[in-house]
Amino acid sequence: MRESIIMKIHYGTAVAAVALVAVHILFRFTLGFAESLEYENVIANYQFLPYAGMLEIILILISIHGFNGLRVVLLELKQGSQYEKSVNYGCLGAMALVILYGSRTIFMTNMGMM
Amino acid sequence: MAAESLQISNEESGTIVSSTKTITLRIARSNPKKNTEQKFDEFKIPYQKWTTVLDAILEVKKHLDHSVAVRYSCRQASCGSCGMKINGRPALACFTKITELNSDVVTVEPMNNFPIIRDLVVGFERMFSNHKKIKPYIINEESEINPGTKEFLQTPEDVEKYIQFSNCIKCGLCNSACPTMATDSSFVGPQALAQAYRYVADNRDKGKDERLKIIDDSHGIFRCHFAGSCSQVCPKGVDPAMGIQLLRGYLLGFRD
Repeated sequence: MRESIIMKIHYGTAVAAVALVAVHILFRFTLGFAESLEYENVIANYQFLPYAGMLEIILILISIHGFNGLRVVLLELKQGSQYEKSVNYGCLGAMALVILYGSRTIFMTNMGMM
Repeated sequence: MAAESLQISNEESGTIVSSTKTITLRIARSNPKKNTEQKFDEFKIPYQKWTTVLDAILEVKKHLDHSVAVRYSCRQASCGSCGMKINGRPALACFTKITELNSDVVTVEPMNNFPIIRDLVVGFERMFSNHKKIKPYIINEESEINPGTKEFLQTPEDVEKYIQFSNCIKCGLCNSACPTMATDSSFVGPQALAQAYRYVADNRDKGKDERLKIIDDSHGIFRCHFAGSCSQVCPKGVDPAMGIQLLRGYLLGFRD
């Protein structure tokens, strides 16, 4: 993939994540800080489908943005074709793992398995 | 006869005559072929208000230590040969007066981000190869030999879009000041990117897509952090940081 396309995705995910995280923080203001972290409230958030969907989108956006940022930092740190290939695939794999693990939590809670 | 010889001798020695003001010139000495250790040699040099750092170095070469290695040619900021770090900042030695440094000690070192050949002389291979890579010439299939295409007319507005970038003298100061160049050995560099913009913005050129493709790789234009130090140190008033941002506009679809 061309670097300009990757960077368009990078900038786009940043803007979208800022907007959605702002909504997420506003939702937290509806309750006190300690109260919003209580077990029942957290589970209730996950079971409310639109909110769980938004958390899933935030997870995807931040994982893409964060791991691409890490890839860029690592590419600037050291060069070499083998190293660069490892960094590219390593970051892609780590991104997929984080999304899968986070999604598993969101889906299992949403479906009442927790 | 003796007086005449003395006069000629004074003329040849350049600017450094009958001055009471002196500075300490510290010159970085190293020869990677023999050993990699860098040391500084200090010289007391008299100066006048018009004495440049290059004049001071040449005074050292002429009268105190002729083994100092320095590259220079035009002495008027046209050839781009005498780039070096002067008191920690990349600058042309022929374009920097000692008086403007406001310091009794002037330290000269080879430019950062270039391999040292000896003392103040660095190798330009990487910069020139990146420069060549971006195809620094007009790409236009309509050659001059075809009738009616001998002239490629441009309005002053067309020229204004790229003219400042054509002032680049390839001195390498921008690459020396660039923080990305320091860590990323494959980065194309502000000099080549500014030149890529110079030709992309030229309406006689038809190689825009070709050039954008070259700079759009994992060590290309998007590795610039926009520190802006390239534009700060350019002795010819070129603004590579702006060129890079305008090129990004093409790649991100904000410009046609």
